[in-house]
Amino acid sequence: MKILVCVKQVPDTNEVRIDPVKGTLIREGVPSILNPDDANALEAALRIKDKDPGTTVAVISMGPPQASYMLRECLAMGADEAYLLSDREFGGADTCATSTTLAAGIRKVGDVDLVFAGRQAIDGDTAQVGPQLAQRLGLPVVTYVQDIRLEDGKAVVQRQMEDGYEVVEVKTPCLLTAVKELNEPRYMTVFRIVDTANQEIVVWNHEDVGLDPQECGLSASPTQVFRSFTPEPKGKGEMLSGTVTEMAAALVGRFREKHLI
Amino acid sequence: MAVRVIKEKCAGCTKCVRNCPFDAISMEGRLAVIGQACTECGACVDVCPFGAIEKTAEEKKTADISAYSGVWVFAEQRENRIMPVVLELLGEGRKLADEIGTELCAVLCGDHVEKLAEELAAYGADKVYLADHKELSVYRTDAYTKVIGEAIEKYKPEIVLLGATHIGRDLGPCLAVNCGTGLTADCTGLEIDPEDGKLKQTRPAFGGNLMATIICPDHRPQMSTVRPGVMQKAERDDSRKAEVVKLDVHFEDGDIRTKVLDIVKKTGEMVSLTDAEVIVSGGMGLGNADGFQLLKKLADRLGGTIASSRAAVDAGWIDHSYQVGQTGTTVKPKIYFACGISGAIQHLAGMQNSDYIVAINKNESAPIFEVADYGIVGDLYQVIPAILEELDKSAG
Repeated sequence: MKILVCVKQVPDTNEVRIDPVKGTLIREGVPSILNPDDANALEAALRIKDKDPGTTVAVISMGPPQASYMLRECLAMGADEAYLLSDREFGGADTCATSTTLAAGIRKVGDVDLVFAGRQAIDGDTAQVGPQLAQRLGLPVVTYVQDIRLEDGKAVVQRQMEDGYEVVEVKTPCLLTAVKELNEPRYMTVFRIVDTANQEIVVWNHEDVGLDPQECGLSASPTQVFRSFTPEPKGKGEMLSGTVTEMAAALVGRFREKHLI
Repeated sequence: MAVRVIKEKCAGCTKCVRNCPFDAISMEGRLAVIGQACTECGACVDVCPFGAIEKTAEEKKTADISAYSGVWVFAEQRENRIMPVVLELLGEGRKLADEIGTELCAVLCGDHVEKLAEELAAYGADKVYLADHKELSVYRTDAYTKVIGEAIEKYKPEIVLLGATHIGRDLGPCLAVNCGTGLTADCTGLEIDPEDGKLKQTRPAFGGNLMATIICPDHRPQMSTVRPGVMQKAERDDSRKAEVVKLDVHFEDGDIRTKVLDIVKKTGEMVSLTDAEVIVSGGMGLGNADGFQLLKKLADRLGGTIASSRAAVDAGWIDHSYQVGQTGTTVKPKIYFACGISGAIQHLAGMQNSDYIVAINKNESAPIFEVADYGIVGDLYQVIPAILEELDKSAG
């Protein structure tokens, strides 16, 4: 069996800070990490391989050359192959164009039995690339997957809902997107770090995957960023003072005046 | 060349190769490639079972946009009940439709759901597109994508809005690819550009650190998923009626590739954070899971519900369904108590539209105080009992 896992290198948005004076994002010093949901997707693939050692797990990413560091991390976690779709032509892609490029890359890898992706990436939080990719590959898709059981020619998965979950049977090959409840991702091992240090990461540009420049990146993106801005902070209100009892009384008093309670 | 293969759709079946009268098509791996011998006869367009070959005039794209009109709302139902976010979409959709001067339509899929069309009319839909079929009773990606995708192709709406629920966020991307258009996820603001009448979609990015306004200038429909709990609900008026348009629904073997075997509801109370008027929310400052018991006392006393920050969920103190913030639920209650919550930007993104925010925190420099209407620096284990006591005192 061959499993392909789509991964993305993202800035750790928990570390992103706003410059209080200029109101702009401070990106300097923000570490780049393997997107958390993608780590769950990779772990799911690796667990299938643990049970069935004949399985090959490949990771694929679209991104700048630096994304190879993250792919190396994936190899050190246990992935067998790594592919990086990297080209200036891919720049400025929205989710629509990203899924076109990834689909072309996955077709080139070929003969994939199962595709995994994370539910969403923490830099955009769109959750769109997974299902869009499935549409382009003509694969059935289940998103928000929190449990997986593989059977002959199908998978039985739990799809997380706001108030519980659905048990969904899906024909394979298919694409599944992982949520963090699916599993606990493993760490890299020293053995694998050493073992994979010189392993080739296959890098493909638009020609390698058979795409015209008009089919990639900004020019293939139906959506465009019109403008971006930092959200206006809400004005600071009143700090209550006094003893705990006095503050509690003041608070309840304010709300009673406004007939809120 | 005017005949081209849509690479994403080509399944490599080779039917076009066999049917090309000029032997102009060859296979490159699993992809059909049209060679120089092509005479643009279009024979392959008709035989392709996947609609993967198209014959186009390049200029057509921009001219087509004017053919699209109407604002559509995906009327998500579960167990034959309209989801609350649909009423918010109808409220927002009404505004957009009035600004453009077009009609507001709801798209309803389900099994025996015709009754719900009246409800959608009462909340302002001028027209309801109804797909009633037993295969549509429970949401499934393939079934809903096919039915709604076909309807979009036929009726050409200008704008399509979906709730950013676990269903809307699954359906939206699939529809967008099928219709060859863009999609903006989790919008918190929508407006019509007064100059060109196009939709400006604003959404948080970078974990709420940045807001981005997105446009979809050359493709239609303009599609957005909208965060539940952000838009103003439409007012109900039972005297309103809507035209019901029944959609053609038919499925062939293999069209629907998933089966829902079971639906499991979480035991215990259903968390409805978006509807709560008072929310008492706890974070790391609680110190342990038991702290939520105290919050619950205050919430119960005020007829509200408890909620949490992401940190408390990650610590395993409370279920994810209680989480407020960028990756949780967006809320706007009348009163939001943030207890022992420092106020990470991701959390603020989910609650800063509350009418009144009360922050209770030991650390006087916690960022939560920057957005609080009333700030109390102190130990929540002393402050909350004092508030409870005060409530009882003045009530008596």
